[in-house]
Amino acid sequence: MEPGLFFFWLFSAVVVVGAVGVVVMRQPIHSALFLLLSFLGVACLYVQARAELVAAVQVLVYAGGVMVLFLYTIMLVNVKRQRTERYLHRQAVPALGFGFLFLLVVGGVVVNEARALAGKAPAADPAALATTVIGSETVLGNTQAVGWVLYRDYLLPFEIASLFLLVAMIGAVVLGKRTMERFD
Amino acid sequence: MITLAHFVGLSFVVFTIGVVGVLVRRNLLTVLMSIELILNAVNINLVAFSRQLGDLTGQVFSVFVIIVAAGEAAIGLAIVLSLYRLKSSVNLEDAAEMRG
Repeated sequence: MEPGLFFFWLFSAVVVVGAVGVVVMRQPIHSALFLLLSFLGVACLYVQARAELVAAVQVLVYAGGVMVLFLYTIMLVNVKRQRTERYLHRQAVPALGFGFLFLLVVGGVVVNEARALAGKAPAADPAALATTVIGSETVLGNTQAVGWVLYRDYLLPFEIASLFLLVAMIGAVVLGKRTMERFD
Repeated sequence: MITLAHFVGLSFVVFTIGVVGVLVRRNLLTVLMSIELILNAVNINLVAFSRQLGDLTGQVFSVFVIIVAAGEAAIGLAIVLSLYRLKSSVNLEDAAEMRG
């Protein structure tokens, strides 16, 4: 097996094991650690798909920021008492059945379509993802290329995203304030 | 050779695990983590198609998805915290006031 494919399967296994662990583990803290494993595996896959900037953002934002948020929340809510409770929802069995059916039917169709699409044309030249022409000079690097597309073609969505983050931050602060305690 | 189908298949598996996690678990924190899994699956797809087509738009959009996921996690966890203060519980079935 060629090394690229070997590492793809390795990282895929890490991602899937992490994802299954999130759903299966009883304690939220264990779920969170499996989620971290899954995030890191996905970051490795991004590197393989020539998306180095997205991989770095994945590690910084997901494995760094979002993970810390989850861990703080787990610390703040009392998890100990859930040890003896059942942890599955009443609808667990039909949901599992639905999941299997969904995976087989829709997944089969989607993967077949993707295979047909990939058979029609090979993957594009990876250099296209790491070069950008600014003015008259060619600049190398995935980060530069993504940054150029982001600030040239998607400037308005980018600004809206910053506004969204501000709104989310204010909302989180307001919701987290202790004065919400006696709301009813 | 790694093809588009590999990435799409993996993304679909992760997506399904996330959906099953949302439906199966009672703990609100684990449900939020499963939603993060779903968003990750979408990101894998975006990056895979960007690789296939040699077009950077997919990577830009996956950055936007990560931004939205971060905001969603912040708000969601704040809601979990205020729910915990109200009910002393983070179980979904305990928050059923609006059931008819």
